[in-house]
Amino acid sequence: MLDISASSLFVILVSAILVNNFVLSRFLGICPFLGVSKQVETAFGMGMAVTFVMSLASIITFIVQKYILDLFGIEYMQTIMFILVIASLVQLVEMIIQKTSPTLYQSLGVFLPLITTNCAVLGLTILNIQERYNIIETIFHAIGAAVGFSLAIVLFAAIRERMEVANVPNAFKGFPLALITAGLMSLAFLGFSGLV
Amino acid sequence: MNISDIIIPVISLGGLGLIFGGGLALASQKFAVEVDPLIEEVENALPGVNCGACGYPGCSSFAKAVVAGEVEVDGCPVGGQSTAEAVASIMGIEAKVGEKQVAKVICNADNKQAKEDFDYQGIKDCKAASAFNGGSKSCNFGCLGLGTCVRVCPVDAIEITENMIAKIKPDICISCEKCVAACPKNVIDMVPESQEVVITCKNEEKGKIVRQKCDFGCIGCQICVKSCPFQAIDFDNNLAVIDYDKCTNCHVCVEKCPTKAIEGDINKRKKAEIVQSKCIQCTICKKACPVDAIEGDVKKEHMIDPEKCIGCSVCAEKCPKDAIDMK
Repeated sequence: MLDISASSLFVILVSAILVNNFVLSRFLGICPFLGVSKQVETAFGMGMAVTFVMSLASIITFIVQKYILDLFGIEYMQTIMFILVIASLVQLVEMIIQKTSPTLYQSLGVFLPLITTNCAVLGLTILNIQERYNIIETIFHAIGAAVGFSLAIVLFAAIRERMEVANVPNAFKGFPLALITAGLMSLAFLGFSGLV
Repeated sequence: MNISDIIIPVISLGGLGLIFGGGLALASQKFAVEVDPLIEEVENALPGVNCGACGYPGCSSFAKAVVAGEVEVDGCPVGGQSTAEAVASIMGIEAKVGEKQVAKVICNADNKQAKEDFDYQGIKDCKAASAFNGGSKSCNFGCLGLGTCVRVCPVDAIEITENMIAKIKPDICISCEKCVAACPKNVIDMVPESQEVVITCKNEEKGKIVRQKCDFGCIGCQICVKSCPFQAIDFDNNLAVIDYDKCTNCHVCVEKCPTKAIEGDINKRKKAEIVQSKCIQCTICKKACPVDAIEGDVKKEHMIDPEKCIGCSVCAEKCPKDAIDMK
């Protein structure tokens, strides 16, 4: 029923991970990118939480878009509907993490509920609709975006871990250098732009 | 305009919200984490200012630490005794709390009483000034009055008088000790709130030198030590030190100090008064009075000489019938 080829799915995946990386190229989800990137471990946890929320949110918002918004012709309700879906999912994820891994819950802290208003998730769901992806493409795009986010945040956390012990001028310690590093990473990822 | 334009969005959004809400309610039961209900109770009893004065990031972390037994119930300096008691009753233990401690500038000598060595025109900050030859004040132990403490005070309890000395309002002070840490001269101490007699000098130099520098300095004459009826004053490093546990705020030292280095308002001194209807004429008060201000024999009416009474409340504490009022 769906017209998809393996190569187009691969293009979507690579494009979402490397070329149009959500953090470094689209500049979405900067808040957790800077906030939860002090340790690789928590950064990885955050990446997994975002991956979970992104994948589920994409599927559910796709269904909501197709069978509620399009059906009744109320596309203007898109933003609020999607936020509702994302917020509920984040709550669910928060409960699950609190139950299964209290340490991760502690270290994610306030950034976990903040995924609710994370523009990366909302941006992804809206992009899915804008690009007119079908359900399979949507899932791949979501996975790509989530992997891209996790990749960026884990790499960034690893760099910041090493910067902690580096001899940095006082004025640049902490966030100033982190922001410069993020900019340099963004430049580096620009090199992937010819890939797709 | 069609009515369904309104109804359809409302129903679809409401319905979706209902489904997700129900799902979350189910999930919250399935994934319920048991939180110690004490933590929430303790947190509710705290002031909720999240000021961090207790050493924890916020009130909820402090509540967790209290329940875990890592910190005493009176660890919140802002809430004071009432909060400590509330927390203690939740935890089911007695609060052993001292009195509220307030910050106090241990220097009363403004730029009129203490001589200036030079005219300081640098940055208006005590830390900057004290880095420059200890500040412009000739006394190296005094308040510079440039307001470093004012800027760290979270409740605006400190003000600088026009003659450059910091004054802390005890009723506003929340005992967070931020000014104590910020003062480069270490001239701010924590003092019990009810303490009215305070030695307001930190100068450890010899009396002669102090006299040259400041009108209000402690010159180490030890008159206060000798005059104190309760041996509450000690001498250390050329400085008189009051033991606040022993001090009864009798103001005798305030009267005797030749340089007014001991702060205290003699008009606030209390006077003992015997309530004759309660008095059983036992002479216990008479024996306890350190200044022989009480006259009377067994089975004879007791009288207090207001001229002699120093308001130390020793008699009121000793009286077995609570027949002595302090006014």
